[in-house]
Amino acid sequence: MTREEIYGKLNEVFQDVFDDEDITVNDSTVAADVDGWDSLEHINLIVAVERCFGIKFTMGETTGLKNVGEMVDRIIAHLG
Amino acid sequence: MKQLEYPYDSDFILRKKKAIKRELLAREGIQYVEKKIAILGGSTTSDIKQILELFLLNYGIRPEFFESEYNKYFEDAVFGNPELDEFAPDLVFVHTTTRNIARFPAVTDSPEQIDVLIEETMGRFEQIWGALAERYKCTVIQNNFEQPFYRLLGNSDFTNIHGRLNFINRLNDRFCAYAQSHRNFFINDINYISAVYGIKKWADPGDWYRYKYALSVSAIPDFAFNLAHIIKAVYGKNKKAFALDMDNTLWGGIVGDDGPENIKIGHEDAESELFTEFQQYIKAHKDLGILLTVASKNDEENALAGLARPDSTLKQDDFLIIKANWDNKDINIANTAKEINIGADSFVFVDDNPVERALVENQIPGISVPEVGAPETYIDILDSNGFFEVTGISEEDIKRSGMYKANMERAKASAQFTNYDEYLKSLEMTAEIKPFAPVYMARIAELTNKSNQFNLTTKRCSQADIEKIATDPKYITLYGRLEDKFGDNGVVAVAFGHEEDFGKDKFFHIDLWLMSCRVLKRGMEFAMMDELISEAKSRNITKIKGYYLPTAKNKMVKDFYGLQGFEKIREMEDGTSEWLLDLDKPHKSGNVAIKVN
Repeated sequence: MTREEIYGKLNEVFQDVFDDEDITVNDSTVAADVDGWDSLEHINLIVAVERCFGIKFTMGETTGLKNVGEMVDRIIAHLG
Repeated sequence: MKQLEYPYDSDFILRKKKAIKRELLAREGIQYVEKKIAILGGSTTSDIKQILELFLLNYGIRPEFFESEYNKYFEDAVFGNPELDEFAPDLVFVHTTTRNIARFPAVTDSPEQIDVLIEETMGRFEQIWGALAERYKCTVIQNNFEQPFYRLLGNSDFTNIHGRLNFINRLNDRFCAYAQSHRNFFINDINYISAVYGIKKWADPGDWYRYKYALSVSAIPDFAFNLAHIIKAVYGKNKKAFALDMDNTLWGGIVGDDGPENIKIGHEDAESELFTEFQQYIKAHKDLGILLTVASKNDEENALAGLARPDSTLKQDDFLIIKANWDNKDINIANTAKEINIGADSFVFVDDNPVERALVENQIPGISVPEVGAPETYIDILDSNGFFEVTGISEEDIKRSGMYKANMERAKASAQFTNYDEYLKSLEMTAEIKPFAPVYMARIAELTNKSNQFNLTTKRCSQADIEKIATDPKYITLYGRLEDKFGDNGVVAVAFGHEEDFGKDKFFHIDLWLMSCRVLKRGMEFAMMDELISEAKSRNITKIKGYYLPTAKNKMVKDFYGLQGFEKIREMEDGTSEWLLDLDKPHKSGNVAIKVN
């Protein structure tokens, strides 16, 4: 899957989890950019991303993510 | 809503929960029952609440929720909470799990010691239940315990009294006995639900350590669905009757075409046995008071011939009404409902034919039409939907034997706390309160950025700021780590400030003081102040100044310094206040129960 394709699916996940069809994310998007992205919604986001791509992040991977770009890096690494 | 009936897609529910809620609330003509539900959690409950809400709305129950502070289930239940009193719950759900068991047997424990441990653990829970029943006189739902995800003793974990599994099974037996002897008290059987889900997938240590969810987030829909069954049963939202198709539903084949002698029922082959088990499952509902009716496209004569087979488990007599004709099934069900005088929406319609299902579902609002799938999944799909969840226990069923009395006596004998200090002492708390140490810098910085409520100045610091302050000789820094008999809470309190020479006095200004809400009302803030004062005195500081800067979230600490024995010296219009503690005057420690360093 290309980075672009990953973003296609990832945007849908963000739109569903935050219930806002206008959300689009990119490499530099951080939690503060998305309305409602607090620590509790982060949990749902991570679970939805895992399910969407059929992967499972390790605990360490999900706690240190700096921005969406890093999340996509991790997704790519898991999809191998 | 179809998406909230079993078999549902858990991932879909979790991901779309906000959209689903909108859709549920947009439905027209729903008469909701409104209920106040308090969730007292021993772990994170946020998503449990949100997903539970969806299932309840779908059942026509509109919940208003109260959530205890994180892991404050015991305190809220036993000592009360003004907010909860005001909320006046209709129902309290105690969300505890195996993660909340304070102590498991050690391999070196004697059988007597383990018996005591069982009594102690039970005493704690019985105290919760007793206090809730007395204070709120409302329905209580309590989780039992899920099986552990590892077995230290291997297979012997089940049989050996030192095994965790053995211990949990004993506790679950006791929970069961309590439920049998108490009205308005129900067990949410997570032992079963987690086994169905897969014990190892259920106990996701990642979700526990990251988010303090005692079960995998992915399992929350299954959990909440099961819990919702009890709640809707308590509030009279159970289904009351079956409307059953016959051909390929109650037996294999088409009785009109194949003839009654050729339909698959009885024990002659696999398919017949399968339908026999299903008939037995349906028939067993009669004893629960569920009404059985037939809605079948058949000549009545053929339908009755099918039931007349000697090896048919279901007999004509088992059915209250049999509508076997060529009318549309929705009309037949509506007529049946009228004849027995119950709502058509209280039926569960079972039919192997998707076309019939769609018709009935569209024509009769509120009726349940499960997607039963192939014959081998009929039972599972009906059963897992909990249409007829049993909660009512009739007078005769309550076992008034020795068990009831014995439980009462145990509850009396077990440790009961008469005052809060005594309770705090029972927690066996020890604290490590020391200057900022390298290993905790990240956690300390995180707390300064995350804590909002118990935070006097809401000063945010980066890790670099924290490291700099830690090496500055003008500063006193303290972190507090609190352990109790239930485990280590980690670093939960942070304070720092700086010295200032002022004439002959040496002042100390408290720049930051915060505490994590997970250790509220433990006295940790007093233990911290003792350490600060002792360090200040060793530096010949004579006066300590504290500051309260109000925000939208930190009202709870408005009088913090007053409680610590400070004197208010200034208060601005915006609520900002300054407080002074004169170290030449004696200071009384507020710490009663924490052993420090």
